[in-house]
Amino acid sequence: MNQAVDEFRELPVGSKGRRSSGWWGMVALVASEAAVFGYLLFSYYYLMAHSLHVWPLGGPPTLRLSAPGTLVLLAGSFVMYWGERGIKQGANGRLIAGLAISIVLAALFILLELWEWHDKGATPSTDVYSSSYFIITGFHLAHLAVGMVMLAVALVWACLGYFGPRRHSAVTIAGLYWHFVTVVWLAVFFTFFIVPRLSP
Amino acid sequence: MPALVTRDEAARHAAKLKALWETSPGLKGWLATVDHKELGKRYLITAFVFLLLGGLEAAVMRWQLMQPDMHVLTPEAYAQLFTMHGITMIFLYAFPVLTGFSVYLWPLLLGCRDLAFPRLNAFTYWIFLFSGLLFYASFAAGWAPNNGWYNYVPYASQPYNPGPNIDVYAMAMILLGISTTGAAINFIVTLVRLRAPGMSINRIPILVWGTITAAMGNLFAVPAVSLAFALLWFDRQFNTHFYDVSQGGQPLLWQHLFWMFGHPWVYAIVLPAMGIVSDGIPIFCRRPLVGYSAVVLSTIATMVLGFGVWVHHMFATGIPMTAASFFSSASFIIVIPSAVAVFAWIATVWTGRPQFTAPFLFFAGFVLLFVIGGVSGFMTAAVPLDWQLTHTYFVVGHIHYVIIGINVFPVIAGVHLWFPKMTGRMMSEKLGKWSFWVMFVGFNLGFFPMHIVGLQGMPRRIYTYAADTGWGGTNLVITLGSYLFAAGVLLFLSNVVWSRWRGRPAGPNPWDGPTLEWSVSSPPPAYNFAVIPVVASRHPLWDGRLREEAVASSLDEGYLLAKERETLGTTPVDAEPDAILRMPRESLMPLLVSLALLVVFLGFSIHGVSALACWVLAGLGGAGTLACGIAWLWPHRYMVQTLDEDAP
Ligand code: HEM
Ligand SMILES: [Cu+2]
Repeated sequence: MNQAVDEFRELPVGSKGRRSSGWWGMVALVASEAAVFGYLLFSYYYLMAHSLHVWPLGGPPTLRLSAPGTLVLLAGSFVMYWGERGIKQGANGRLIAGLAISIVLAALFILLELWEWHDKGATPSTDVYSSSYFIITGFHLAHLAVGMVMLAVALVWACLGYFGPRRHSAVTIAGLYWHFVTVVWLAVFFTFFIVPRLSP
Repeated sequence: MPALVTRDEAARHAAKLKALWETSPGLKGWLATVDHKELGKRYLITAFVFLLLGGLEAAVMRWQLMQPDMHVLTPEAYAQLFTMHGITMIFLYAFPVLTGFSVYLWPLLLGCRDLAFPRLNAFTYWIFLFSGLLFYASFAAGWAPNNGWYNYVPYASQPYNPGPNIDVYAMAMILLGISTTGAAINFIVTLVRLRAPGMSINRIPILVWGTITAAMGNLFAVPAVSLAFALLWFDRQFNTHFYDVSQGGQPLLWQHLFWMFGHPWVYAIVLPAMGIVSDGIPIFCRRPLVGYSAVVLSTIATMVLGFGVWVHHMFATGIPMTAASFFSSASFIIVIPSAVAVFAWIATVWTGRPQFTAPFLFFAGFVLLFVIGGVSGFMTAAVPLDWQLTHTYFVVGHIHYVIIGINVFPVIAGVHLWFPKMTGRMMSEKLGKWSFWVMFVGFNLGFFPMHIVGLQGMPRRIYTYAADTGWGGTNLVITLGSYLFAAGVLLFLSNVVWSRWRGRPAGPNPWDGPTLEWSVSSPPPAYNFAVIPVVASRHPLWDGRLREEAVASSLDEGYLLAKERETLGTTPVDAEPDAILRMPRESLMPLLVSLALLVVFLGFSIHGVSALACWVLAGLGGAGTLACGIAWLWPHRYMVQTLDEDAP
């Protein structure tokens, strides 16, 4: 028999573990989505650099709602991670709890964000700063909503008992997107709420 | 446990494999197919239809410009025509046609049974088709984009262009971006996971390298243009101010975002085509490509550098001189990797035994046009020259030398080369040679004088010109030459149609090619390979004669994998088997999700006409996308996505 063929072993069937095709696909999607936010932030900084006025006009935006919101979102990511670890050990209940709590925390974040929009006293058409503020945070909200749908679907599947310690790539894949949305928020938060405080 | 069998044994399982993999008959199967060969052909045919439409638009424009003071077209009609021509050619033909080759050929080149995500493959095809339909529906309604394919603000802004034309452009482009990104992801994962055992990264065909480089580029470039258009749409429909200079916005932001995408895109529409050349020339020179590694590295280097030169499209915008000089030098450097590829091709021909077949003529014609287009590109990359040349007909000449030379000629060569594989029949050599010479002569006759008339001062994008400019004679030559070129294209297409039904039967390997696709019948069976081959060199079918490698590739022994739709998963670098992948059966969901998304984007395009209709359509389409999307991804037992117990 041919030497190269000799090396074949018995192989696992189907998409298992972190390196499933879907996992690679999500890595690629996240890279592309990260580029979207990269270009968004590039646009923001470009507009800021060319601005003739104080940027933003009324001084840095308040942290009153955005700081707690950030903590809520971070907590959501940690809970999701905790749920993922659970299913790896076969604890489906822990996965279900993790998914459900993450969804609730994300909903809380959205409420805080909408409240902040409401209190802003400006609209997307007020000036170019508020255009970027609303569009960039809005883009992030849209991504968060997509992530919530993913988690909700995974939650249904978890309740149907589709996942086990060796076969749960859908959870890993959704989780990857979820953590990405959190990381993106940190970049957005840093840009809008911290950077203006750093400049003299 | 999967059986390890020889090809003879596998032949006895052929009926079972066929039943597993074959698309079901009738309309349902046609709409639901996920077979990469079927989808690849659809990509190719659709892209050629767009090439014809774009050619028709060009023919009308050239009619108008044939003589001074012609008035066949109004200025607005001319504006829509040159815009739709540019969009059609660049976005709906030049890239999708290459995607078509890759979708058809990749699994055959890599030794697997489909792309990593067969349903995603169907989805990206439908989305591509629908974005083209959205463009052309707007054309029929008289609302086509009318601001040139790069669509500069402020003329693209709402006050100056209030109709839905630009909104259609924005939405159709974002839709197309979804298709391009999806296809890129599919290629990336396929390359990482599905190569035949033994196909380590130094044994991958160059076409695959070209496609993957384009895919990686698109993954990071497409977001820039999608975002540019999204922001434009918000500016136009919701009064934001990103590009609105009166409220602190920046018109140049559009140009930055557009060209951050636009320049890498130029490489996306040439690198896979250069891959076709690099894999094709060796077949007709009877020797492996000279400098494989150098060509691969230059392919990748071109794309990486391609992300750093976008500002050369903006030399005339008053950017600081230091920036202009920097980007100008960067643009000169990018010539080096292209030169490496040219030397590799010439060396392959030089040291090989060239056979002057029709596809070889197209390959050779390509190399010549590539050099000419490179020289005129060199000229526009020099800042002082660019100031003279920009927005003249010189640029029109340059664009066409580059794009027709580097894309159309290799594509036609590729059709000649793989037509036997796709249909089981040879194309007529005689007609093929005729079409080459007509195209080649017509092209140079029609497009070279564009440089001259441009140097004489004729601007681009003018719908007519006065007699006393003295441009009339040259323009007559341009029009006649380009019609001759078009006649050559038609000759080629008639060859395709004729050969499809009347061509000589081809057999598995009519050109005696070295790569895996030539090891299966023509056309290939639905499952591609009865057993997954094991590869031990870059040219598995030439192993016996070249005696470079000690171990010969094994095309006859391997895994049968016939329990379900299955193919082999391998490791990313060394391509060692590490899993058996279950692939999806055919499904209507990709089509349904695409339709639902089309409804969403159609809604967004008419927001300026009726906000109510917009939100109704967007709501309906959104709900449909969600429902069908979830149905698509629902775990299936046959793909062992649900139960742990199924695992061995
Ligand atoms: C029979 C073949 C073709 C002819 C006769 C032709 C002719 C023309 C003409 C007359 C224009 C408008 C020039 C102006 O008024 O500024 C034009 C523009 C253009 N063409 Fe072609 N063309 C052909 C094929 C192609 C192909 C195959 C591609 C790309 C794959 C292409 C890409 C473009 C682009 C990007 C523009 C610029 C559009 C703009 O100004 O926005 N053309 N062509
Ligand atoms: Cu460029």
